[in-house]
Amino acid sequence: MSVLTNASNPGEGLLRVRRSTHSPVYTLVGSLVLVVLLTVAPWIVPAEWSAVLQNFFILVTMATMWNLLAGYAGMISIGQQAFVGLGAYATLFFALKGVNPFYTIPLAAITCLVIAYPVTFLLFRLRGGYFAVATWVVASTAGIIIVNQAYLGGGTGKLLPGMPNLAPRSLQHLIYLATWAVALAVVTATYFLLRSRLGLVLASIRDNEVSARSSGTKVTSARRLVFLIAAAGTGAAGAVLALSQTYLQTGNEFNLQWAAEMLFVSMIGGLGTIEGPILGCIIFFALQQSLAQQGAWYLIIFGTIAVAVAIWQPRGLWGAFRDRFHVELLPVGHWVGDRKSEMKVRRPWFARLVPRGRKKPLT
Amino acid sequence: MIWLNVVIQGVLVGGFYALFACGLSLMFGVMRVINLAHGDMAVVAAYVAVFLTPHAHIPEVWAFLVVAPLFGLVGYVVQRTLIQKSIDRDPFTTLLVTFGLSVIIENLLLEIYSSNGQIVNVGELITKSWHPQTIIYISYVSLAVLAAAVVVLALLQLFLSKSGTGRLIRAVADDHEAAQLSGTNYQHIFGIAAAIAFATVALAGISYGMMTEFAPTSGGVNLLFAFETVVIGGIGSLWGTLVGGIALGVAQQFGAHINPEYQVLAGNILFLVVLAVRPQGLFGKKTALS
Amino acid sequence: MSDTWLEVQDLTVHHGQLRAVDGVSFQVARGEVLTMVGANGAGKSTLLRTIAGLHHQTSGTISFKGVNVTKLAPQRRVRMGISLVPEGRRLFPSLTLEENLQVGAHRATKGSFTIERVYELFEWMPQRRRQRAWQFSGGEQQAIAIGRALVANPQVLMLDELSLGLAPIVVERIYALIPEIVAQGVGILLVEQDVTLGVGVANRVHCLLEGKTSLVGTPGELSALQIERAYFGAEMSSPSHHHEDHP
Repeated sequence: MSVLTNASNPGEGLLRVRRSTHSPVYTLVGSLVLVVLLTVAPWIVPAEWSAVLQNFFILVTMATMWNLLAGYAGMISIGQQAFVGLGAYATLFFALKGVNPFYTIPLAAITCLVIAYPVTFLLFRLRGGYFAVATWVVASTAGIIIVNQAYLGGGTGKLLPGMPNLAPRSLQHLIYLATWAVALAVVTATYFLLRSRLGLVLASIRDNEVSARSSGTKVTSARRLVFLIAAAGTGAAGAVLALSQTYLQTGNEFNLQWAAEMLFVSMIGGLGTIEGPILGCIIFFALQQSLAQQGAWYLIIFGTIAVAVAIWQPRGLWGAFRDRFHVELLPVGHWVGDRKSEMKVRRPWFARLVPRGRKKPLT
Repeated sequence: MIWLNVVIQGVLVGGFYALFACGLSLMFGVMRVINLAHGDMAVVAAYVAVFLTPHAHIPEVWAFLVVAPLFGLVGYVVQRTLIQKSIDRDPFTTLLVTFGLSVIIENLLLEIYSSNGQIVNVGELITKSWHPQTIIYISYVSLAVLAAAVVVLALLQLFLSKSGTGRLIRAVADDHEAAQLSGTNYQHIFGIAAAIAFATVALAGISYGMMTEFAPTSGGVNLLFAFETVVIGGIGSLWGTLVGGIALGVAQQFGAHINPEYQVLAGNILFLVVLAVRPQGLFGKKTALS
Repeated sequence: MSDTWLEVQDLTVHHGQLRAVDGVSFQVARGEVLTMVGANGAGKSTLLRTIAGLHHQTSGTISFKGVNVTKLAPQRRVRMGISLVPEGRRLFPSLTLEENLQVGAHRATKGSFTIERVYELFEWMPQRRRQRAWQFSGGEQQAIAIGRALVANPQVLMLDELSLGLAPIVVERIYALIPEIVAQGVGILLVEQDVTLGVGVANRVHCLLEGKTSLVGTPGELSALQIERAYFGAEMSSPSHHHEDHP
């Protein structure tokens, strides 16, 4: 775009390109403090809180992966619960074979990755809404197949065997740490992934797929890789879900509700940012805790907020905050210019999908 | 002979699937919107028929006469407000918003009416059926629904191909900007298409309620079937939708015959096979493919 | 001036952060042809689309017969009498030829251009009226597109890049229509990359360069060299290559 060149003052053409609007030291120190606090949390806070935190971590994991898929790679899926379920039941499967349940977490992630691979060849024939519903068909199919395996519990469910013989409180702490470790690993991995070459590739596909393809970018491979990573991450979430529930009731892990939660949380927090899903989860749990007695109302209210945010503030709450105050806690984009003439090169990726001829201005 | 019954049951339920799916197909064909709340709208119509029309002293079996036009009106309003705003943003938003609506509707129904199964009261008609052979049994209600589906599809096809408004709908579906340049208020036409879609989905929902028990979560599973119908039959073809519905119905009945647990699975497998082998569907013209 | 049908004043249009049209003003009178020439990206199509209402302007006014249409939706402008034949024809592919014309006519004002009149203008149309639009060749589609805009009986007809992608002989035939349309009193705003064609039918010429007006005049007043300079920008041509400069 011609705005980047300053033809009238050729000597001033040099612009700075930075990764972050503030010194990374703040992020680093802040993160370390947070990590330490959350690690020792079970020993400090009451038991109910650590249970809530556990569920929080599980949702953060799922939402971060969903957001990677949808917000960064442009694939909306309402079938990720397939991998929640597959991850959970993979854990059960390996535990039944005698593996320590905690060690099944990476195994479950790998299982999901392996299953996801052939599925992509089918799914990638579709786009947009058809892709989305097809993912749901896949989840439904996976659910039906698994739930009918007598070995894995059939109609009645099964207890997860092989849990270490510890005092209940210590076992809870261990499960908490496992859940926390998975969430931390997934968020950190996503952060570094998006700052890597793959992140750049995804950004180029987002901005203009045709250009990306014609300049040699392997678009489909990149998408496939992201889908596999999301499957693995979601599978890990399913695994720790199984660990925290201990008794696997048929089908709960394949519930569409997980898709709804991942989606709402990311929409409200902000698609296409790492902080967004985390913020969304915080709001979600705050809401859930305050409305705990009201049955399904929290989901209704949350859904309404999500719909409203999608229509009126499509960048989500974090996106709006970031654009207003130019703050990024976990920066993965690029900023061009100096502090005064801040020209943000990155637009929300879906802005390019707006068809020509819209009445509203294009920025 | 028992396989003949399986096929017949498949055809009967297939008619219902086609009725269910034509609204979905219309909204996608005209506006490129996949309404993920489509299934739930049908369930709402069934609930309205059971709980609200009796207040107007209308027997439930005739509820559709009132509910269908009402839903048409609601569809127009929802399209011109919520959905149009989402479309103006981008396809992503539309998907997210309709999914959000779906979850909201399901949970609202759950809160208001609980998860108990309901049924639309058609009096004695529910028990009547035709037994040409001992094994084969054709329920009058299902037959009526199949007939209704064929009639609705035929009327819709006629409307689209012969009437002025139908022509405008087809034009807007092809290129809504060019339609604007010809003096058409395309948002209004979108509204009409949505109205038709909602009206047919209301008919489908009430039919469903007549045939089986329904509950707040019934919408989800039926959306899946409607979607599979559209993809199997082919996007952009109304008669393809009928054939797709029947194909899905027959596949499901075969699966159910082998093992009741496999009913939905059989349909899913047919869907995945069509996707793998002939992604544009049996009669597909336009494609939603990469 | 009761003869001025379309008046554009100081129009500025942005495409994101890019200024596509920059302070452009002009008028189109009844029965006259105003040709806009300019290279790709000069802003011509954006200009037409903005006048048609498909694009939002940043500043400036658009008036039609004295009425400010700047805030009107595209379909309202059509009903007032401004029609655009867009770049790339944009027919309705799945509709038949006749249906395309019928859609064009469904909000028509009364006038001499009926569907029958269009069938008279293009004798090959009547026997192919039931064929689907996607089956026609580029030149035929262009003719149908013009017909579709004409049956609305516009008073100002805007034509965007008629010659794009068509064989020269086909383009000639299309351009031969213009005098017939103008004879009915329609004002034409023509956008063309091909200068010879555009200037050939014009009463007045308006050159755009990077969104700004670079040259205005009648074909008689303007030399080929002047237009070339205005088209490309002064730096492009060097005097030694052009004999017109030498007496």
